[in-house]
Amino acid sequence: MNYFIIGFYALVIGASSLAAFYQKRTAFILLFSLTLVSFVMGIVGGEAMLWSVTILAGLIAFSAGVSYSFREFLVIILPNDMAKEMRTAPLTAGFGLFVIFTYAISGIFAPIIAPYGEAEVITSAFAPADENMLLGADQLGRDMFSRIIYGARNTVGLALLATILAFLMGATAGLYAASKGGKLDQLLGRIVDVIMSIPSLIFSLLLLSIFGTNTTTLIIVIAIIYAPRVYRLARSVGGNVVVMDYIEAAKLRGEGTWYLIRKEILPNSTAPLIAEFGLEFCFVFLLVAGLSFLGLGIQPPTADWGSMVRENATLISFGEITPLIPAGAIALLTVAVNFVVDWMLDRTSGLKE
Amino acid sequence: MSQDKTVLLNIKNLIIEGYSDEKWVGIVHGVDLKLHRGEVMGLIGESGAGKSTIGLAAMGFTKDGCRIGEGSSIEFDGMELTTTPQSDLQSLRGSRIAYVAQSAAASFNPAHKLIDQHTEAPLQYRIQKRLESQEDAMELYEKLRLPNPREIGFRYPHQVSGGQLQRAMTAMAMACRPDLIIFDEPTTALDVTTQIEVLSAIRDIVDQFNTAAIYITHDLAVVAQMADVIKVLLKGNEVEEADTRTMLSNPQDDYTKSLWAVRDFKRDQKPRPTEGSPLISVKNVDASYGDTPVLHDVSFDIYEGMTVAVVGESGSGKSTVARCITGLLPPTKGECLFKGTPLPPDYRDRSKDQLRQAQMIYQMADTALNPKVKISEIIGRPAQFYSGLTGPALKNRVDELLDLIELEPAQYYNRYPPELSGGQKQRIGIARSLAAEPTFIICDEVTSALDQLVAEGILRLLDKLQNELNLSYMFITHDLATVRSIADEVVVMQYGKVVEQGPKDVMFKPPHHAYTDLLLSSVPEMDPDWLTTLLEERGVDDIGEAAKANKRD
Amino acid sequence: MGDIISIIAKRLGLGLITLLVISIIIFFAVELLPGDIAQAVLGQGATEDNLAALRAELGLDRAAPLRYLDWLGSALTGDFGNSLVSKTPVAEAIGTRFGNTLFLATYAAVIAVPAAIFLGVLVALFRNSVFDRVANVVTLTSISSPEFFLGYVLILFLAVKTGLFPAIAKIDDDMTLFDKLNRTFLPALTMVLVVVAHMMRMTRASIINLLASPYVEMARLKGVPAWKVIVKHTLPNAWAPVINVVALNLAYLITGVVLVEVVFVYPGIGQLLVDAVTKRDFPVVQACCLIFAATFILLNLAADVGSILTNPRLRHPK
Repeated sequence: MNYFIIGFYALVIGASSLAAFYQKRTAFILLFSLTLVSFVMGIVGGEAMLWSVTILAGLIAFSAGVSYSFREFLVIILPNDMAKEMRTAPLTAGFGLFVIFTYAISGIFAPIIAPYGEAEVITSAFAPADENMLLGADQLGRDMFSRIIYGARNTVGLALLATILAFLMGATAGLYAASKGGKLDQLLGRIVDVIMSIPSLIFSLLLLSIFGTNTTTLIIVIAIIYAPRVYRLARSVGGNVVVMDYIEAAKLRGEGTWYLIRKEILPNSTAPLIAEFGLEFCFVFLLVAGLSFLGLGIQPPTADWGSMVRENATLISFGEITPLIPAGAIALLTVAVNFVVDWMLDRTSGLKE
Repeated sequence: MSQDKTVLLNIKNLIIEGYSDEKWVGIVHGVDLKLHRGEVMGLIGESGAGKSTIGLAAMGFTKDGCRIGEGSSIEFDGMELTTTPQSDLQSLRGSRIAYVAQSAAASFNPAHKLIDQHTEAPLQYRIQKRLESQEDAMELYEKLRLPNPREIGFRYPHQVSGGQLQRAMTAMAMACRPDLIIFDEPTTALDVTTQIEVLSAIRDIVDQFNTAAIYITHDLAVVAQMADVIKVLLKGNEVEEADTRTMLSNPQDDYTKSLWAVRDFKRDQKPRPTEGSPLISVKNVDASYGDTPVLHDVSFDIYEGMTVAVVGESGSGKSTVARCITGLLPPTKGECLFKGTPLPPDYRDRSKDQLRQAQMIYQMADTALNPKVKISEIIGRPAQFYSGLTGPALKNRVDELLDLIELEPAQYYNRYPPELSGGQKQRIGIARSLAAEPTFIICDEVTSALDQLVAEGILRLLDKLQNELNLSYMFITHDLATVRSIADEVVVMQYGKVVEQGPKDVMFKPPHHAYTDLLLSSVPEMDPDWLTTLLEERGVDDIGEAAKANKRD
Repeated sequence: MGDIISIIAKRLGLGLITLLVISIIIFFAVELLPGDIAQAVLGQGATEDNLAALRAELGLDRAAPLRYLDWLGSALTGDFGNSLVSKTPVAEAIGTRFGNTLFLATYAAVIAVPAAIFLGVLVALFRNSVFDRVANVVTLTSISSPEFFLGYVLILFLAVKTGLFPAIAKIDDDMTLFDKLNRTFLPALTMVLVVVAHMMRMTRASIINLLASPYVEMARLKGVPAWKVIVKHTLPNAWAPVINVVALNLAYLITGVVLVEVVFVYPGIGQLLVDAVTKRDFPVVQACCLIFAATFILLNLAADVGSILTNPRLRHPK
């Protein structure tokens, strides 16, 4: 027993009692579960485990604070109607937006932010962190921090391009098929069924083994693999709109297919399509990261998070967290996008009621 | 009806609130309701009047996201439901208070046989053993005049028709012989001929077991047959309450009077023009969806300036005729003529002018208007598309059209459909069809989704427009009241065939084709003795599905 | 019952055709190589003699459709040709490795499926509570993390720092089952984390969907107790969506297994595939792809048949 452990339990128990006393049900349940978990953790893992719990709780509290202030910041700077949406947004969405914002900044201004070049060798392999290198050096003695910053540009940029391409192909074809119907619709449906019955990672491995792994092929291959998924969603969203009487009215007026898509179908499909864009980006991003991790994605010396994990993986067995940093960067962005998408989906489904 | 005068249900100052937009909003604002044993009370009102909410509250139940407000009291047989714990409330439901929902098809669990769902409550409350309960169910089925009462319970819900399901649900509600049954619009989703047998079955059984009931509906004529007492509701407030005969003969409140008055609108019938060919003529049309034939040899004419009502129940093919005329469903045989010249069967092959001449107004104004397009553009687009109007000329035309449909142009020009009420949306739909400057408009059940007062406004507007612009209407409807008020000629359809057609005055007078007769006589009337008289005349076996089968050619 | 049999037969037929089309895609994708296989394998520096020898060995002088039929025919009998790199039969290399992969996937599935369905139903019942919200954040985080992130985190904390489980999942046939389970615990746990999150969310969504249906409200108004509403009125209709959720996620396991095998150096078919892709060993790539795709399709097929069989409307036709 030392002061930390006593202080720790005093704090959680006191806080849960306070919450119970003031009838804050939600806060009480959360705090009390934390107390119970800490008892178990403390017995199993000892003081070290309690430290981890403290750090984790601190991290969550910190990100909650950041999300809250970022959300309030957005409420103030955004125009009126969007500000109203933001005010009711959950903290997770604020967190997601903040992370996306940060990534965008570091991606766009990478050369300014990063102290060294992405392929610049500055010291010996696996050199530990010092005042010059925030996160130490990688297996060739390049600055880890600079490479992470550049990775935001390379990895995210590539995933974004591939998603946009997949979206352009899939959404256009999907909405067109929905408005046209008939033979073309059925044919496209069949093709999509077949492509989607090959797991995406497997399919991309097959195609990459054939066409090689330069950036352009990578983007095109991924776009082709993901376009059918977008197609399916766009087709079903469009299909729900097409049965509306206003579409029939427009058809009977003699309007052309493109007018129908542009003026009648698209404005009524944007909300689910934007949410789908976010989801699709997550899938593509994870696939790109996975491929790079397998050594089949973005090729060295370009800084890329997936390959950075692979290159530094050996450090794990020495208890170093270095390879976890780029992996964590991937996870963080995906979580952020998913939080935002979750909020958007919740909002659109709420409107239907 | 035998009634002892003990109060069964006593609701005082009922307040119900719903949670929306981060705050609690009142749905029902302090309604009182007193129901004696064996009494049937009709709750009547337009959509949003809070009638279903009150019905559920009588069971101590609120939908998710709603709550009973403070100061409300619901006393059922001496028990205060607002303070009763959930577990006790639950044991009340099904045993002493039962519920019959609007859509029987959705309210029966698709995974279980009817009789297993029927016996669930009696077994739960240990009132009967399984076999006893099954036997009882069959008796109830028989009392409710279900076909094959000993066997029908062993079917799954999807194997039984809508009218039968509704009766099976009434039987289920009766399973524990409750003191009170809540009927929530039990016949709204049914055809008139089916409705009548469900109504008579419900009435008989409620009478027989002397069960008290709350009968919720928006149809005055229906409630007149079923209820001893009628309570009129408007936007969560009580308007007035009186026993049925008093209420019908002598309503006090202006709102109630206006509800009654709706049925008065009637315009004079026009004769066919003596010369000239018909504007639209449907000639020997057959049509099918895929391999299922829907229309058989349908023929009728529509002359200029006239209104032809096409009447029939669901599945009669009346909407399919409209799809053939507009070219959405090319007929497999026969043709549609416009002023004597055949129209291309597929709308994609028709000229802009041919498309312009025939316009459509839809039943659901919600789905007929694109929610993301401004009113000015919805109305302006046909004018721009067909007549090439742009700039100020287009704006003038839109203003003119908004004036025609009696909406203030400056106020509606820049708004979006979701901001409008149901009646206003329907008016915009009319304006859109007028913008094309057509000679012929198909009105597909245009008033059936609207409350009665609003519907009447729409009918009056359509009538006015017909006189001003010399339009011809094809009125697709299942509602004979609408036919009476606006039609010149009537076409009756059944099973995809025209069974009878002619001028309205002839069609509404006997002798009729047997099916027309059945259809006409099945429409409830405001007279509280109507159902009784009808049943005496026809007998219980000559109504509903049985009768329909007899009357088939 | 005639109805249901013909529907299932149709679905099976469709699955078979899909499989056939996919085998065509897999085979002819390789034909799209610039030059031909021999060129691609031997590279720019290859002499004409070497190229000719390899072409003869692979039978490239014959027309592609003929070679496809040959390939398909022998693939059906379990013969996928010889590896270009090791010159040994592909089937040999795949044999034990496929078994290992199935072992790992089954291990993960046995833990994940019951846990996910149980937790999914639980969060659906307590929807919008604190518990539900926390579960939402945790599952979202879990499905957003790449498998290698979770894998390395587990290695760091459960293997390196505490030494509870081995970090490298090398197994061979001599091990006892318990040994194997212990060795492969971390890779299995990694997959369980991702798949449970996915499955939980889907189960929650479909149960909530069912709870909102009028017949559930009717059951409540009939005085049926809450547990019975779930057991008698919700579950019998929940089979179809739940079966679909399970199949979808088992299929997801197949993709996830590739990355996990690489992280934990597990001797499965996923690692074989990645190696073959790097070395451009096409017969192996084709064989692995075909096996993965076939498993994927079979799972989907099983799900479809399962939901057809549990649909009361189809089981009891009019």
